Amino acid sequence: MTTEHAPIVQMKNIEKHFGSVIALAGVSVEVFPGECHCLLGDNGAGKSTFIKTMSGVHKPTNGEIHFEGKPMSFDRPREAMTAGIATVYQDLAMIPLMSVSRNFFMGNEPLRKFGPLRFFDHDHANEVTMAEMRKMGINLRGPDQAVGTLSGGERQTVAIARAVYFGAKVLILDEPTSALGVRQTANVLATIDKVRKQGIAVVFITHNVRHAMAVGDRFTVLNRGKTLGTAQRGQITPEELQDLMAGGQEMVALEGSLGGTV
Amino acid sequence: MSEVQAPTTVEDERVIQRSRLRESLIRPELGGIVGTVIVFTLFALFAFDSGMFNSQGIMNWSQVSAQFMIIAVGACMLMIAGEFDLSVGSMIGFSGMMIAIFSVTLGWPVWLAIIVTFALAVSIGALNGIIVVRTGLPSFIVTLAFLFILRGFTIFFPQTIERKTIIGGIKDAAEGDWLAPVFGGKILTGLFQWMGEAGIIAVFERGTRQGMPVVEGVPMLIVWALVLVFFGHVVLTKTRFGNWIFAAGGDAQAARYAGVPVNRVKILMFMFTAFCATVFATCQVMEFGSAGADRGLLKEFEAIIAVVIGGALLTGGYGSVIGAALGALIFGVVQQGLFFAGVESSLFRVFLGVILLFAVILNTYVRRMITGER
Repeated sequence: MTTEHAPIVQMKNIEKHFGSVIALAGVSVEVFPGECHCLLGDNGAGKSTFIKTMSGVHKPTNGEIHFEGKPMSFDRPREAMTAGIATVYQDLAMIPLMSVSRNFFMGNEPLRKFGPLRFFDHDHANEVTMAEMRKMGINLRGPDQAVGTLSGGERQTVAIARAVYFGAKVLILDEPTSALGVRQTANVLATIDKVRKQGIAVVFITHNVRHAMAVGDRFTVLNRGKTLGTAQRGQITPEELQDLMAGGQEMVALEGSLGGTV
Repeated sequence: MSEVQAPTTVEDERVIQRSRLRESLIRPELGGIVGTVIVFTLFALFAFDSGMFNSQGIMNWSQVSAQFMIIAVGACMLMIAGEFDLSVGSMIGFSGMMIAIFSVTLGWPVWLAIIVTFALAVSIGALNGIIVVRTGLPSFIVTLAFLFILRGFTIFFPQTIERKTIIGGIKDAAEGDWLAPVFGGKILTGLFQWMGEAGIIAVFERGTRQGMPVVEGVPMLIVWALVLVFFGHVVLTKTRFGNWIFAAGGDAQAARYAGVPVNRVKILMFMFTAFCATVFATCQVMEFGSAGADRGLLKEFEAIIAVVIGGALLTGGYGSVIGAALGALIFGVVQQGLFFAGVESSLFRVFLGVILLFAVILNTYVRRMITGER
């Protein structure tokens, strides 16, 4: 991955305080188009808070966000979304009782004019949904199939396909693989790979080093609200990443006793 | 897992093709359709000669069903948006009383009284919604508070102003008013006159109205019910806003992340429920010519039961206006049918409890089919 082109998102020294708690104490990350940037960290490291500042849920207390070279400040998620920053949350991506096509177009419903009235264009929505799902390798029984019948991995894939279809330039994935089985994880990682090849910047949050190593181009490790450093693919081993995340020796000892399978 | 494989595009061998019949059965209205067929079959068998299916009888249960339908449409859409309104019954009493006080006590023209009452009721609906959305409290509690607040005012105002709890004389006040017939009038009177003359429906045999059909026309109450059901169904299934209603009730947080204005949707649905309750109240006041402080008691529960029979989930995100309308029809037909069949009317409550239980069980099953839960 060449990094000569300009970063699409630049986060400089982001700080976020919740009352007296310092959740982020100066985090800096650059995300480039067409790369998968893995954000690693243990629970409580500040990963979620950090991506929420990127997606407009939280306003950073201090620090700068540059999007496509210009300073940006998002007041609400909708603004970030319009700008092209889409977030897929682990368990809040889809509504199980609604059909795949209704979910796919949730918040972006296609309209068909009928005199002065506007109606939800179901035919168009169904067609697009079926086509996009086929591209992602999901075979639906029909566009009106409820999302509840899909597996966790398929739901993540639908959510990713949705974000891409609606023109996301930066795709933030919040632990998309943490609740999935092996095969489903592989499918989601394959989807990430496809999306990256379309030139979209992917920010992949995980605490699983192996998932990160499978698709990541660059890795940033967070610990206790700070960046511990960013490494390119090939410059770091999974063991080093794991040590950075856990921030220490006790992990090495534990790994030894478990045979290195953490 | 570094062996990232391209997902295959062949048919998944684990997706069992479902039969068309099964597909068409799995819909929220299933309970309502089954119930309607059963109820009509039963009464056709056991009460056909009781007068339930002549023009007067049909008009009788149609009118009762239409009342249920009007409030069920509002309750249904609100429930799909994930909220309840327990203040519907009190709102009916309150709105009716406001119309009476404005038009009779204060002597305003009836059209003004109706418009101001609608504005007032819809604002209270909005207040309900804003409190629920802002505080994050369950709508169950917030609207329960309004059940008492509104009922209290409905008794307090006429008591203080007129020293009675029933205000009459609205029929006289509404004489010649342009808006009152929209709620209290009848349409198709010419058609019914013709049907009477043609001998299709019964006519009065003697008295001052000799030769006139027993049923003069279709009351506006029924027209309102049909219009509201049609409107609700179209909004819910055919518009962008309908998608937002499902999304808001299905998972408010996920909907927010997708850019759906959940709070606005919920507040608007509270306002619509209040609107429906006021339509009910206005039709009732125009028909009776009076407003009583005890009007609309328990209507909130009857609306919710009709909605649940119609296949909506109490937890929101799933349901159908057509189903709710069928639930209301079942309700009306059974309530009046038991009377025609000469069954002790207290048994209606037994029936209500039983059918509610059956409806919820059936709906749970249908939902499992749809979402693939096990």
